[in-house]
Amino acid sequence: MIKLKVNGRERSFDGDPEMPLLWYLRDELAMTGTKFGCGAGLCGACTVHRNGEAIRSCSTKMKDVAGKAITTIEGLSPNGDHPLQKAWAQANVPQCGYCQTGQIMQAAALLKKNKKPSDKDIEDGMAGNICRCGTYQRIRAAIKTAAKEMA
Amino acid sequence: MSIQKIDNVTRRNFIGGVFSASALVIAADLLPQAAWADTAEYHGKAASAALKPSLYLGLEPDGTVYIVTHRSEMGTGIRTTLPLIAADEMEADWSKVKIEQAIGDATYGDQNTDGSKSIRGFFVPFRQAGAAARLMLTQAAAAQWKVPVSECSAMNHEVTHQPSGKKLGYGALAVAAGKLPAPKPEDLKLKSRSEWRYIGHNAKDPKSIADLKDITSGKAIFGMDAKVPNMVYASVERPPVMGGKVQSFDDKAALQVKGVSQTVSIPPFQAPYTFQPLGGVAVVANSTWAAFQGRKQLKVEWNNGEHASHDSERYKAELLDTAKKPGKVVRNVGDVDAAFAKGGKIVEASYYVPLLAHATMEPPVAIAEFKNGKVEAWVPTQNPQAVQDTVAKALGIKVEDVTCHVTLLGGGFGRKSKPDYVAEAALISKSVGKPVKVVWTREDDIKFDYYHAVAGMYHKASMDDKGKVTGWLHRSVFPSISSMNDEKALYGFNVEYGMGLNDMPFDIPNHRAENGPAKAHVRIGWLRSVANIYHVFSGLSFADELAHAAGRDSLEYQLELLGSGKILDLKPQLNGQEYWNYGEKIEQYPFDTRRLRKVLEIAGEKSGWGKRKPGNGWGMGVAFARSFTSYVASVVEVEVDKAGKIRIPKTYMVVDAGTVVNPERAVSQFEGAAAFGASIALTGEISLADGRVRQSNFHDYPVARINQAPIQTDVHIVESEELPGGIGEPGVPPFVPAFANAVFAATGKRVRELPFSKAKLV
Repeated sequence: MIKLKVNGRERSFDGDPEMPLLWYLRDELAMTGTKFGCGAGLCGACTVHRNGEAIRSCSTKMKDVAGKAITTIEGLSPNGDHPLQKAWAQANVPQCGYCQTGQIMQAAALLKKNKKPSDKDIEDGMAGNICRCGTYQRIRAAIKTAAKEMA
Repeated sequence: MSIQKIDNVTRRNFIGGVFSASALVIAADLLPQAAWADTAEYHGKAASAALKPSLYLGLEPDGTVYIVTHRSEMGTGIRTTLPLIAADEMEADWSKVKIEQAIGDATYGDQNTDGSKSIRGFFVPFRQAGAAARLMLTQAAAAQWKVPVSECSAMNHEVTHQPSGKKLGYGALAVAAGKLPAPKPEDLKLKSRSEWRYIGHNAKDPKSIADLKDITSGKAIFGMDAKVPNMVYASVERPPVMGGKVQSFDDKAALQVKGVSQTVSIPPFQAPYTFQPLGGVAVVANSTWAAFQGRKQLKVEWNNGEHASHDSERYKAELLDTAKKPGKVVRNVGDVDAAFAKGGKIVEASYYVPLLAHATMEPPVAIAEFKNGKVEAWVPTQNPQAVQDTVAKALGIKVEDVTCHVTLLGGGFGRKSKPDYVAEAALISKSVGKPVKVVWTREDDIKFDYYHAVAGMYHKASMDDKGKVTGWLHRSVFPSISSMNDEKALYGFNVEYGMGLNDMPFDIPNHRAENGPAKAHVRIGWLRSVANIYHVFSGLSFADELAHAAGRDSLEYQLELLGSGKILDLKPQLNGQEYWNYGEKIEQYPFDTRRLRKVLEIAGEKSGWGKRKPGNGWGMGVAFARSFTSYVASVVEVEVDKAGKIRIPKTYMVVDAGTVVNPERAVSQFEGAAAFGASIALTGEISLADGRVRQSNFHDYPVARINQAPIQTDVHIVESEELPGGIGEPGVPPFVPAFANAVFAATGKRVRELPFSKAKLV
């Protein structure tokens, strides 16, 4: 039995400890804001926080989240109004939108560590997250907007 | 939530959910209302509203307007942009508009969301829908007040009697308006451009895309997120070589995996491959993960068939070789051979673009339930009517017995207009007796795509002593999309020719375009901007080569090649073939090279072209294209460091797309096109060995990341009152050669074979 916290709520899991966290979130908890993109930690669509750090849930096994606190996009803010979510809306960032929850979770972890990221910090911090629609310049702008608001 | 919870969508019941006698079907090309009434259960609130002047619009007594989008949302913003048109003409308050996604149904007209044609095709019907509602509401108010209609006007969700100042809200008028006879299309008075409040105004006053909040909060329902009761999951092992068949398989170990319930054989396609599934063995389980794990334990012996020896390196040599030989003439102007025989400077070059995969962020996925001889499906699809057709054919049932609900799409780019993955889900469901969700892995997506065609091109030109081009020969060889319907196809067809091969707009006296034969060994499909990718890359790279050969500035030279500007008359030059013109009548959408000149000139101004001397790892490149009836020029600025690493600090896109309904979303599409083009140019390559695709995921099929895509793309939209042109695709074609030309300017290295990652730049 694996115990963990998801968005502040205690959960227990008694399935395959090798199963990635992504499928637990999506198939068992029906938290589908965390996306399946590559299954190999290459695209970042599945990004969530483990004890505040950004991780790829598609390649993080359930046994590796035992006793940890997981935050997903559903738990990032009570009403979808985290400064990043607001900045994303202000800049009309999404096109198809599929990767954007992962982008926002990655950016949230970045801003936690680095309150005032430079262009280079944003590039380095976000290079693991693919957006096939190519919304990168708006992502960059939105992160800066949110950083200002959070300062 | 924008797309309703799936079980709500399917099971909801509408009170009086059928057309009333007063219903008006405006668009003349649509089927009569009866066809729609039969399946009203699935047609949403617009269909059951008190006032429903059109297939696309309904108004309820509480003032809520329901506008139907029958086109698919894959990132272009179409779910927002089409409703904006109807809402504007209706004089609706945008905050009272609710958007409904249509199911697949021919009654809506064309639903195949590709070819950058949603606005071109439906600008008028959506305007008419709104205008009809406005007229009927105005008439209802006039009748209630017993005043002439001419004294009443509608604005922002209410009708005003001008002389008295009396007002009635739209909601209060809905029932009465719904009882009025429908106006005839010729009685509709469309708003003048100056009266538009939403159309064209979004740059200053952006209307957020309909699903924005759901997307940023994780609530948006993509196909991957849909769920229906009692659903099981499936993962399919497909033949590694196109056309391969299962010889035998052993599923003992797979069935031992916890959660796996059974395996199902999927028959191979009957040639030609069309939209049929590839065949193989499906592993069915109670979770996605269990299905994936079970599939890993499958042992399948394949009969690989005729494509098992296909090799991309050898095929590339063949294509380039074929391109050096005379092919089928698809356009002829003057006499190229005579021009070449006269001598002068001769320039020639071969170009190559490999196979490309779509790699949508959401891999293909579909839910289908076969029950009582009917199928209900929930799919991220660009083409729900093709889902109906394909599933009906695969299961031997009637088209009208397939209901296709359209979810949001996590990217499309042409891949999701081919519903092979939905037919898989339907076939498995029939076998299992439960709703089935088929989930493609990224590896499946990369290995079993309908690939953008690989192409070999050859260009040869002669120029006089002033550098003026006297003759130009363009040969193109590629496996055609038509191989989808004819496995023996060797030549392209007018759609592929019309994308940069038989419509090269240069004003030169002697020109010939030819197409050589090539057989397809993989499934070929269309990818964002299609054959323009290779034709415009080679054509505009070659134009840049000619400029350099002539010792001229490339932008100035490209303008000179275009001539003073005119409307092209291609028809007499195409050997009796029709010019495709992106499906539009040439009289309505002429090919006007003056518009190309204009976007090029503006691009030069905006980018500061020619102000900085290129070289030492810095350079700018320029190119243009008319595609999907829109005119676009791109200037790309690059930096190449000493290790050969390329950075794109800035890109300029100048766009004349005629009337642009939603400029803010249009800008986003051209920003995206630059990133998409960067992926194609930098790293895009699918290759095969022994008939098998080598690549499998983003490590070996990389797409542009935040530090590889253009850092900043400036989009300038030319003010125009011309008919609306395409938006989603036209940014891609000119970007790629502009990028290649910039790399040449920066490094002196001419990259004629994509991707750049294979070229030695330093």
